Amino acid sequence: MDVFGSFALLLAFVCAVYPVVGGIAAIVTRHPLLVKSARQAGMATCGLIFLATFSLEYLFFTDNFSIAYVVSHSNRDLSTFYKIAALWSGMEGSLLFWSFLLAVYVLSVLIAYRNKNGELMPYVGVVMAGVQLFFLTLNNFVESPFKALATPGAGGVMNFITRADGNGLNPLLQYPEMVIHPPNLYSGYTGFTIPFAFALGALLARYPGEKWIHLTRKWTMIAWMFQSMGILLGAHWAYAVLGWGGYWGWDPVENASLLPWLTGTAFLHSVMMQEKRGMMKVWNVWLVFCTFLLCMLGTFLTRSGVVSSVHAFAQSNIGPWFVAFMGITLAVCLGAYLKNRDYLASENQLDSVISRESSFLFNNLLFLVACVAVLSGTLFPVFSEWFTGNRISVGAPYFNRVNIPIGLLILFLTGVGPLLAWRKTSRESLKRNFGWPVLIGLLAGGVAFALGFRAYYSLASLILCVFVAATILLEFYRGSRVIRARSGASFAACAIDLTMRNTRRYGGYIIHMGMVFVFLGLAGTAFNRDVQKSMQVGDSMQIGPYTLVLQATDSKPEKNYTAQRMMVEVLRGNQPMMMLFPEKRNFLTNKENGTMVAIYSTLKEDLYVVFAGIDPDTQQPVIHAYLNPLVKWIWFGGVTVVFGTLIALLPNRRSVLVLAPAQQPSTVEPVPHGVVASPILREGHD
Amino acid sequence: MKKQAKFGVGIGIIVVALGFLAWLGYGESKTYYHTIAELETLSGSARTQRMRVAGTVEEGSIRHLSGRIDFVLEGEGKALPVTYIGADPLPDTFADKAQALVEGRPGPDGRFVAEHVQAKCASKYEAAPGKDNKGAAASSTQRSSM
Repeated sequence: MDVFGSFALLLAFVCAVYPVVGGIAAIVTRHPLLVKSARQAGMATCGLIFLATFSLEYLFFTDNFSIAYVVSHSNRDLSTFYKIAALWSGMEGSLLFWSFLLAVYVLSVLIAYRNKNGELMPYVGVVMAGVQLFFLTLNNFVESPFKALATPGAGGVMNFITRADGNGLNPLLQYPEMVIHPPNLYSGYTGFTIPFAFALGALLARYPGEKWIHLTRKWTMIAWMFQSMGILLGAHWAYAVLGWGGYWGWDPVENASLLPWLTGTAFLHSVMMQEKRGMMKVWNVWLVFCTFLLCMLGTFLTRSGVVSSVHAFAQSNIGPWFVAFMGITLAVCLGAYLKNRDYLASENQLDSVISRESSFLFNNLLFLVACVAVLSGTLFPVFSEWFTGNRISVGAPYFNRVNIPIGLLILFLTGVGPLLAWRKTSRESLKRNFGWPVLIGLLAGGVAFALGFRAYYSLASLILCVFVAATILLEFYRGSRVIRARSGASFAACAIDLTMRNTRRYGGYIIHMGMVFVFLGLAGTAFNRDVQKSMQVGDSMQIGPYTLVLQATDSKPEKNYTAQRMMVEVLRGNQPMMMLFPEKRNFLTNKENGTMVAIYSTLKEDLYVVFAGIDPDTQQPVIHAYLNPLVKWIWFGGVTVVFGTLIALLPNRRSVLVLAPAQQPSTVEPVPHGVVASPILREGHD
Repeated sequence: MKKQAKFGVGIGIIVVALGFLAWLGYGESKTYYHTIAELETLSGSARTQRMRVAGTVEEGSIRHLSGRIDFVLEGEGKALPVTYIGADPLPDTFADKAQALVEGRPGPDGRFVAEHVQAKCASKYEAAPGKDNKGAAASSTQRSSM
């Protein structure tokens, strides 16, 4: 099966050449058969990649320990669930997995548009195949997952070895989050290839701007959704598994995943400028190019060891390949832009500082500044070494100082932006839309201040969160009220109806609400506290309103590890509440340790208890307890963001509004944005 | 004011303010990276700055003492005695022959005083030479403010 797999992979590489070469020929000659065959070769490439990936999984499931990759990442005792995940636990397999996910996207695009957008698709196909060709080169010739285990013997003959058992999976990866985090994150990274292919393809083909943006919107949102999930799952994994009490360390690999998310989010917003007012075309094209390049940079940083990281795969020789690919991609993008930039001329100008366009402009500016700041901080060791000879790194204080204010400004724009009018907003409109939310926000801040909260960033965060939440709820309320006046249904039903008529807008509001929750969760960090104590059975410790008593310890053997568990009883006041079981796992095959944190999580706070180790002086277990307020809001916010994205991806319910102009009273209710009021509208069925 | 100028001023203020904050943050957190061999050649203020040093934990050198943990870091043929004084327990991956990154300052009599320690899993199998543990996730004692 390994021979089958590696052959399928090689064939995929060969096959991928045709969509590139044949695709270019198809563009030049416009011969329909060339176009069709290039597309079909593209599909075949994807199919072959699927076969290769399934072959590797098969090797894991059949415990084939003659293959080096299987030996290093699996063993007989490994549960099925983790044998699946072992596919992406190492460099070669994760690169194949990358190709696999990219192939899923490419195949979907090729199938979805096989009979549409004939002017654009040949170009898109060439770009997608070009990216695939790069990764297939890595898969086949640089980091092959199908290498057999062998040592050179006498006379240069290779002695093939089959082990009785493998080395097992790294214990830090044997957690459910680690199984779902890479697929989500990789689906984000690979997904951004699609909007990139459309943007570059459209630029090369001089395809009408609004159309390619309209086409790519859904793909960008899907990639963005996976990237967001991947980032939050990674944070959750760091929080629940690593046991240092935090979820984000500004580690280079974490930053690498954030960079394309920042430009991707900026792009999702600035496309609206292009759609509605034909502006920012050059900007949008370069935002997409940068998002893709940052995805490549991100995976380069993770795999090359160029910056030291807690997560990084070990040093490997893969770095130069990525640098070369990024260079070629940048050159192609520049070339295409210089050749066709007249096609990107803007149709309109900015009219006013208080307008929707202006809020998008500042939105983009803030995301870009954050991106540049995080990128500079992450690459600082590399650049400082080039220029000064000294390798200098910067840490959390730098990143936090810059990104917290940016985050708060973006949060402010989240509330303000959607309610500003295009071109210019009147003072009346400002008062009407923001009067209540500003008041409620300031009130919330005032209450917190009166209660003794003095952490200023957290206060500002609270005020803004309440402000933005109020603006969003007000939007839903106003729209629902208009529908309710006509149909008489309940508010909830009207809100749903409202949302389904304009899924993009109201789905977007739900996403924004999710981000408000995330910011709320982040704001809680200022109030974290922790206590560490070496305890023997019967001892107790106090944290906040909770008392923790170590009742017992035990040792529990599992399939491939032994768990040392602490039985900790949690009391509130004097009332026993629950038992928590922080543990340390000792893995049998590779003698490594893993930590399992015990978390009691509520919306108000997390009680987070870690079995930190054995005190060398007293030989007693050390328990480290944290009280982290509001953390659950981050995960809840993440779920809300995903839900909102799914809503926004749905097609609109058909518009059924019929307004007879003669019956409108003169002091009419301001029409909410989701409902189009046009006297001539006469569509739908009702 | 012309509207272009208004935008320009707005953008300028934001960029300058954030640049200033970045500069402050840089000053607070900049950490030099040196190899063990370079440490001996440092002099003057360079000797007392916060820095990171990487190496491999010498087999058998880990010693748990009261309030601190001593070990020896090896790299490029040189050895560096390290004393870890941080409050957090060392990461699970910290063991003999693990690659470790220590952060702190050089202390008296040639020891390095470490406040943070990160460690990667030790290489353990005899697959292709020159390649370290693939896919090894590492852990650290670092506690950030997020």
